[in-house]
Amino acid sequence: MHRAGFRMSARPVLRGGLRLESHKARPLEHSVQLLPAPSIAVLALDQGSGEEARAVVTPGTRVRVGTRVAAGIGAAADLHSPVSGEVRAVELRPTASGQGTCIVVASDGRDEREPGLAPLNWSTLDGAALLEALAGGGLAGFGGAAFPTAGKLALARVAGVELLLLNGAECEPWICCDDALLRERASDVVLGTRVMLAACGATRATIALEDDKPEARAALEAALAAAGDARLAIVVLPAVFPLGAEGLLIAAVTGREVPTGALPPEVGVVCQNVGTAAAVARYVSAGMPALTRLVTVTGSGVRRPANLEARIGTPVAELVAACGGYGDTPPAARLIAGGSLTGRALATDAVPVTKGLNCVLVATAADLPWREAQVPCIRCGDCAAVCPVALLPQQLHRAARADDLAGLARFGLTDCIECGCCDYVCPSAIPLTAGFRAARERQQLHEAERRRAVETKARYERHRRRQGEQAEAERRAFEAARRRAQSDGAGRA
Amino acid sequence: MEFPTSASPQVIAGYTVPRVMFQVLLALAPVLAVQVYLYGPGPLWLVAVACVTALASEALALALRRRPSQAALRDGSVLVTAVLLALAVPPLLPWWLLVFGTAFAVLIGKHAYGGLGQNPFNPAMVGYAVLLVSFPLEMTRWPVPGPEWDALTGATALDALRTGLRQGYTMQEVRAGAEFGRLGAAGSEWVNLAALAGGAYLLGRRIIRWQIPVAMLAGLAVPAALAHGLDPGAHAGATFHLASGATMLGAFFIATDPVSAATSDRGRLLYGAGIGLVTWIIRSWGGYPDGVAFAVLLMNLAVPLLDRVTVPRIHGHP
Repeated sequence: MHRAGFRMSARPVLRGGLRLESHKARPLEHSVQLLPAPSIAVLALDQGSGEEARAVVTPGTRVRVGTRVAAGIGAAADLHSPVSGEVRAVELRPTASGQGTCIVVASDGRDEREPGLAPLNWSTLDGAALLEALAGGGLAGFGGAAFPTAGKLALARVAGVELLLLNGAECEPWICCDDALLRERASDVVLGTRVMLAACGATRATIALEDDKPEARAALEAALAAAGDARLAIVVLPAVFPLGAEGLLIAAVTGREVPTGALPPEVGVVCQNVGTAAAVARYVSAGMPALTRLVTVTGSGVRRPANLEARIGTPVAELVAACGGYGDTPPAARLIAGGSLTGRALATDAVPVTKGLNCVLVATAADLPWREAQVPCIRCGDCAAVCPVALLPQQLHRAARADDLAGLARFGLTDCIECGCCDYVCPSAIPLTAGFRAARERQQLHEAERRRAVETKARYERHRRRQGEQAEAERRAFEAARRRAQSDGAGRA
Repeated sequence: MEFPTSASPQVIAGYTVPRVMFQVLLALAPVLAVQVYLYGPGPLWLVAVACVTALASEALALALRRRPSQAALRDGSVLVTAVLLALAVPPLLPWWLLVFGTAFAVLIGKHAYGGLGQNPFNPAMVGYAVLLVSFPLEMTRWPVPGPEWDALTGATALDALRTGLRQGYTMQEVRAGAEFGRLGAAGSEWVNLAALAGGAYLLGRRIIRWQIPVAMLAGLAVPAALAHGLDPGAHAGATFHLASGATMLGAFFIATDPVSAATSDRGRLLYGAGIGLVTWIIRSWGGYPDGVAFAVLLMNLAVPLLDRVTVPRIHGHP
């Protein structure tokens, strides 16, 4: 029988970071609740990766459950309709990332399945064929980044990775949908892991989760034992924020640091979220593309916090309603997509569920107190002590304020993972992370301007050269003509 | 439903600058208590004078700079400067001298450079140095502690040691004087112990981190112990240096001022060690009885360099 391997790291697994009070208990009191299909599904073309898929339907198109409605491109995966019905519009709507183009599908309530969706006999396929099959499933990083799974696995296969790392490190203190998933569907995670192993060509897989999830760990151990695949192991890590960040998790598990500017395959690792693994399992075993995901709906501003299985495209308002709606006392002060540290504040609950949406935090003022007024930096260095990538945020802050591009580069602005630890501990309440984000945008702008200037200069120089050549040619022609005229004249003389 | 938006992270710990400063003031309470016990109510009076002067100077500076004054006055940083200066000067210092020193510390040491977070030099030590250079006599006359504390004023133990040795007395003869106690200087050894206790509290509450105090104490104690080991007749030992003058106050409260200190962990080790070493050099061969203030100011000068050469290796960089 397979024995799961454990490793409790003796060395600190993470430099800095925060040990935060957990708020995961309440949604985990009940099992995952299946949410009914929405009457209107709003499918954002950008599912969380920052890139929009290309819509292949137009208003009036009839769709079924599993019909492809948008084609993947770059960092966007294929997108499928989660309901059967009719496309009503392809239009701009509020989304978790602010605003984006969405395909609006009105459900006919019949949930007719797209014909031809069938289970995949994955164990008979070779790596390349399996990757191609997975690409049709609309699978994307369910941890939040929503990067196309097949693309990531294909990159890993080309690079010849050795380890497939399954990220179950759910370090945000309010989010627990991966915990719920592991408790209830550990065998899906194991199956999905084995499929992805076959697809990416790695020799082994490690499923990483934290020591604050004993139930999830037990369920996973049982599933691993049942699968009997010796290539799979568990690693249990301490619950420290932000250990779930890809580069930090890789370092904690393997001791290898992904070089700055490079991707994990550089150190022989490919990382996938456990939720993604479960989606892969559903795709191969039922033929269903990624149409649903687990979302934690939590916070003191919602009556019954829960983990929901919602179809992609369901408005957040319906998730909150399924959890008893907004509470009155105290009222909800903010609506956060994601966690309390890295989440995005939503302006409205009309935004739809995307593949990258792991949590809806309905926060009261007590859950997430508003920041106090900012005071000057006193260089206390608490930010540097907690920075998991060993930056000096106080120095970056100073460089950002002075718009000192050289300083920003020297102090590693591009290495910032925007986890927010520095903000969290700053006694001066300085919005450091927001400042770094803005500085990075300015840096990119500056870089683009510089490139444009270089191109313009090159173009101008080419133009000058051509002009010079032309002038030279004209001069030569003139000289030749003059000489000819002279010699003609001499001949006549 | 509509909601207000905000940038991530959506929550912060909310451990604010005023709370940090309050903890520092709290940790200074034992130092003040011991001084009052040793020297009578003089130090209390000086602390009050310094605090009033500091708040008035801060308000004036903010008004001149046209900055909002409420939050800045309440952040407590100027009170820490005032209390540190009041505890560092001799307890019988004329009050108007302290007014001058405090006003100089706040107006020139702090606000001339841009206020909180911008001053390259520790403001309290700027005030102290100006007073020491301008009024050397008043600044070096300390009461000899005891029941008749108001009767005797004289040199400090550090002073007596230096002048005594220069005049050809032996270490034994010098240390038999009334200025000396069990560990270091009479009286000030208790002040040092109180500062050590306050510093331990700050370390425990994680208001300060260990790098600067440990490095400074080591930077002072190691050369002192080495010199004492080589020539016990000419150099006092590590214990004497640790328990005399402003050593502990300097290590835990003055050198740890984050604004004027180096900012990376490695930089702070070098910064602290430098302060300790320069203190020992000034005490051994300098013209002033104690060297902590000048050592701090000299190392403040080195901070930009230290910050430049001690940038830690970033994750993923070679």
